[in-house]
Amino acid sequence: MISEHLSEGTSYLHDFDPRLKIIVALIYSVTVALLTNFTLLFASLVFSLVLVTWGRLSIATVLKRLLVINGFVFFLWLVLPFSYEGKTLFEVGPLAATQPGVYQALRITLKSNAIILCLMALLSTSPTFMLVHALHHLKVPSKLVHLFFFTYRYIHVIYTEFTRLHTAMKVRSFTPSTNIHTYKSYAYLVGMLLVRSYERSKRIYQSMLCRGFNGKFHTLYHFESKPQELVSAAIMTVFVLLIAIGQWIPLGKILTF
Amino acid sequence: MHISEGILSAPVLATGAALTVVGTAIGLKKMDYDKIPEVAILSSVFFVASLIHVPLGPTSVHLILNGLLGLLLGWSAFPAILVALFLQGILFQFGGLTTLGVNTINMALPAVVCYFLFRHAVTSENSWVEIGGAFCCGFLAVGLSGIMVALSLLFTGQSFINVAKLILLAHLPVMLIEGLFTVFVVKFLKKVKPEMLEVANATN
Repeated sequence: MISEHLSEGTSYLHDFDPRLKIIVALIYSVTVALLTNFTLLFASLVFSLVLVTWGRLSIATVLKRLLVINGFVFFLWLVLPFSYEGKTLFEVGPLAATQPGVYQALRITLKSNAIILCLMALLSTSPTFMLVHALHHLKVPSKLVHLFFFTYRYIHVIYTEFTRLHTAMKVRSFTPSTNIHTYKSYAYLVGMLLVRSYERSKRIYQSMLCRGFNGKFHTLYHFESKPQELVSAAIMTVFVLLIAIGQWIPLGKILTF
Repeated sequence: MHISEGILSAPVLATGAALTVVGTAIGLKKMDYDKIPEVAILSSVFFVASLIHVPLGPTSVHLILNGLLGLLLGWSAFPAILVALFLQGILFQFGGLTTLGVNTINMALPAVVCYFLFRHAVTSENSWVEIGGAFCCGFLAVGLSGIMVALSLLFTGQSFINVAKLILLAHLPVMLIEGLFTVFVVKFLKKVKPEMLEVANATN
């Protein structure tokens, strides 16, 4: 279920210092999310595709994820083109799709795909544990970092527990459909999951105390950026700066669409 | 319901992020180190529950359970939801970094509101108050989330009005299911592990 096979490659991006990757991913997402210029949006999409190629990600996995994530974008395409006033492009029954509407939908599609591809290339290429370590080194509050580690660790445990309970229901001929019985059974499943998790959390805390837990977080990994990585991160940052300049500082009408 | 990357405007994203920082700070402050394993495990249950699809007529919906999470965690629901959403973002790319703030506040604020509204009702001796409280808790938490998602879109642009209406409409059946679900889970917890509901009451 929770696969991390994107993080198992051996590309340059996989070895990249996760702290730098998080910083670049953050400033890039924020900038792209605010772009409106089509030339720049296409440029960002190309930039993200370059990153994905650089990270040598499996094309099948990338496409599969894009398909799932574009569900909401697809829904917007069904509604947005018909929600704007303006020049009519085509008509479906009584509804008229307008140019600004289609442009808006296209803009959102480009933005979300550019951002998601970049996140896949930069964040999914590191194991989650490494990213959380990096968050710790980036001075995220220690309680929150603890929470990240524990949650990530227990998602797997809870999911296994869930599948076990679910299998037990299925071997007893449970067939889900739209009725109270189904909802009640699922609710009891979740209830059982909560009770077992609660008891587990008590045991975990006790065993942490036994091992001398005093609220401190000892990190095993310390990151060091190689000069080459700093240069690469700087190049990516320059690209972000360029698209920001292109968007917000009018350099004549050359870049405008 | 996650709002994907690239849709919302800068002021909406910034407001969402700022409110989430405040909520999370309060949540972390109220969460002592001994509560971390508990909050983390409930956060993982929340994550896993979002992968459970329950049938609804010809389609299926996935569980949200933010009302229930609020009941069990109070203010700590903020960090719990933040962490679950962040992990969904990096593991599946559902949601993302820029929308993390908005998505967290949209789910966590209703959770906390419902906690304060219904925490006494669900532990009531009177079974009608208990059932009513639990139902309203699940029902309202999802309903408020839907309204907040719709508002996030509307503040981005008036042209999102149709999208916002459809989203609210889509939330209605989910609200009913979540209401029922919360009733059953609360009943179950009261029978099997009543202190889970009471502990949350005492510490927040």
